[in-house]
Amino acid sequence: MILTRRTLLLGATATLAGCDRLARDERFREALFSAENFHKWAQRGLMAPDALAREFRPDQISPIFRANGTANPDTPAYKALWRGGFADWRLQVTGLVARDLSLSLAQLRSLPHREQITRHDCVEGWSAIGKWRGVPLKTILDGAGLKSRARYIVFRCADDMGGGRPYYESIDLADAFHPQTILAFALNDRPLSVANGAPLRLRVERQLGYKQAKYLMGIEAVDSLATIGKGKGGFWEDHADYDWYAGI
Amino acid sequence: MGSTADSADRMVRRHRLSTRLWHGLNALLLYILFTSGLGIFNAHPRLYWGQYGANFDHGWLELDRFPGWITLPGHYSLALSRHWHLAAAPLFAFTLLAYMIWSLANRHIVRDLAFRCEELTLRHLWQDISDHARLRFPTGEAVLRYGLLQKASYVGVIFVALPLIILTGLTMSPGMNAAWPWLVDLFGGRQSARSIHFITAFALAAFFLVHILMVLLSGPVNQIRAIITGRYRLSQDRP
Repeated sequence: MILTRRTLLLGATATLAGCDRLARDERFREALFSAENFHKWAQRGLMAPDALAREFRPDQISPIFRANGTANPDTPAYKALWRGGFADWRLQVTGLVARDLSLSLAQLRSLPHREQITRHDCVEGWSAIGKWRGVPLKTILDGAGLKSRARYIVFRCADDMGGGRPYYESIDLADAFHPQTILAFALNDRPLSVANGAPLRLRVERQLGYKQAKYLMGIEAVDSLATIGKGKGGFWEDHADYDWYAGI
Repeated sequence: MGSTADSADRMVRRHRLSTRLWHGLNALLLYILFTSGLGIFNAHPRLYWGQYGANFDHGWLELDRFPGWITLPGHYSLALSRHWHLAAAPLFAFTLLAYMIWSLANRHIVRDLAFRCEELTLRHLWQDISDHARLRFPTGEAVLRYGLLQKASYVGVIFVALPLIILTGLTMSPGMNAAWPWLVDLFGGRQSARSIHFITAFALAAFFLVHILMVLLSGPVNQIRAIITGRYRLSQDRP
């Protein structure tokens, strides 16, 4: 037999090493990473603009909702807000809007709510089902008066990811105005815990977990993502090559 | 092995161009998909049944991370594994679809893969199993027809395992869940789909190993030449 297990193994390892080398080539990386555009195009083409993510029955809720990402921002500023029961916290709505807004938690709670029992899908592979309550993002954007130049909504967060780089995320208007896209302040009928993003987090149910920005401090309407962070539209997109479109 | 040229041997056309092209591309893509898939699995090496599943829930399988020599890339990088996997997956799915349509059109499926009534008997099945067990492979013209087990494994891979792994892959996508909600119902939840995706990947890996073994046992030089160039040396019938 010419092919022994050893040569097979060596061959497999050599092929993998070749793939690794390829993935360091800038043009090849660009081609490889462009699959994101195909998935976004295909999924947006296959789904109706307001096609809903699956909503579940109360008995399908995960017994314990595993939190993703930062468990506690733990910065002095965040701790001060937390100690005050988030009474001094304000959501700043800025950017390409007719009027800037500064909303307290009480104001957000007084707006019309949406409740949804949805599945949170982490990019790592696990899922947890929880019941969210919050204000549709559309309500806030309509209140602020989005300018026609606006293309993306950027979410600024309180958690520092190291080196003074706060977490941030962004979505386009197709997701921003989706009926299930809400700014959630309650999970499973209780105010958001610190681990799950207190006092307010984004739910954008047709995408993966890292898009669900926690510890929201501000939302900003922009016409381009190029000048924000490193320009790729999110903290993990900037620093770990994650896809900006996280529908798969 | 590789039989010595005999005056009675003759070269025949064994595999069509479409089969050879698809086979080569498919081998490469499945290799990328399997190794990058293991890299993705390493991010959360636990499997569950049902709609949800995370660390606090009961998993039916909990593994250590797969070693670097079998993952793509060779170091842990969820982002890069996902780029490889999600770039290769659509190519793999659409070439499979094209191959299915083409093989239906050129009658490869009907002529070579479809079971015939007369071979679907227990006696025939038993004969094929015992021939395999004794490593007695067909000779002469009979080589050119697929055996019962061979047909069953090819049909199982092309029409069951490969579509299954594509559909369970799509079921894990929150975007596709909104586009095609029936996917979630078909597999009984995202975490069930993830489990079936993993099991099917290893079923395909098992097929790969048996497939290679059969090639090695039945004349590797001749078989490999046939799948690359299409030409197969047909030796004279042995009694």
